[in-house]
Amino acid sequence: MKSAVLVFPGINRERDMARTLKLVSGQEPAMVWHTERELPRGTDLVVVPGGFSYGDYLRCGAIAARSPVMEAVRAFAARGGLVLGVCNGFQILCETGMLPGALMRNSQLRFICRDVFLRVERSDTPFTRGYNAGQVIRVPVAHGEGNYIADGETIARLEGEGRVLFRYSSPEGIPDPNWNHNGAMNGIAGILNEAGNVLGMMPHPENHVEASMGSTDGRGLFAGLTDHFARAA
Amino acid sequence: MKARVTVTLKSGVLDPQGKAIEGALRALGINGVASVRQGKVFDIELDGVDKAKAEAVLKEAADRLLANTVIENYRVEVLES
Repeated sequence: MKSAVLVFPGINRERDMARTLKLVSGQEPAMVWHTERELPRGTDLVVVPGGFSYGDYLRCGAIAARSPVMEAVRAFAARGGLVLGVCNGFQILCETGMLPGALMRNSQLRFICRDVFLRVERSDTPFTRGYNAGQVIRVPVAHGEGNYIADGETIARLEGEGRVLFRYSSPEGIPDPNWNHNGAMNGIAGILNEAGNVLGMMPHPENHVEASMGSTDGRGLFAGLTDHFARAA
Repeated sequence: MKARVTVTLKSGVLDPQGKAIEGALRALGINGVASVRQGKVFDIELDGVDKAKAEAVLKEAADRLLANTVIENYRVEVLES
C-alpha cells in the first residue's frame, strides 16, 4: 500500500500516522507538503492527519482545505482513490466539501483528550474490513471541535445509506449520550462520502496500534486497508 | 474602499459559545438578554475596484473562504468609497 500523508503548517500528528502506516503496511509513506499540486505517482491512500493546521484560525481546517494539495486530493478522490482524514483531517475534508456537515465546538466547550469507545457499524468497506460489524474499539480522541452536525436531511441520508462507520458508544457498544463526549449528532464519530472512498473520523486509530500504547484496537483500520490493496494487486 | 463581511451561524445550528456568553451575562446581573449568538466580523480594505466589483469580490471571498455556508450565513457591506 503506497500511502501519502499530507503536511500542513501546524499539523502535529503526521509522524504518528506515518509511523503507524509503516508499522502496519510495511511501506514508508510519502510526506506531501501542502504546496504540492500533485500526489506521488502510484499513491493508493491519501491520509490527512490530525493537528492544528494554521492554528485553527478562521475555522478548524478552513485554510488548509483551500491549499493547492487539496485540489490534487479532490481529483484523486474523484477517480476513486481512498482518502482517510483523522481529527483535523476530518475537519479539513468537511471544509473542502468532500464530506458533508461540519465539526463544531464540543458541547461542553472543553478540549477533550482521552480514550473513547466506538462501535464499528459496518465491516464491508475498505476502511473497516479489519473489524467485525458491531465490534467495539477503544481509541483516543484529542479535540476541541469534534461535535459533528449536519442538517436533518443529510443525517437521514448518512444513516439510511450506511455511511456512519464509527459511532461513540458505551464499552458494551450501546449508543449513549453519556458516552458521546462531544455532543455529536447521533453520536457520529466517522462518516463516508457518497461514493464510499473518503472517510473522516475524529478519533485517532493510529495511536492505538501497539501493545505498549495500551491498546491495539486502532490497528484493524490500517490492517484492513493494507489487505484491501494487497488483494487488489 | 472599506467594507465589512459579517458571518453569523444559521438559525438552528447550536452555538455552545453563545450559550456560555449568555450564561456569563446572566451571572453579571445584566438583565433583559434573551439569547446570544456569536459571529465574526471581517473589516476589509479594497483597492482599485468600484462598488459593484467590490460586492462581487466580497461575495466570492465569503463563499470560498470567510464563511462555511453549511453552517453560516454572511452579509456583505461596502461602508465607504
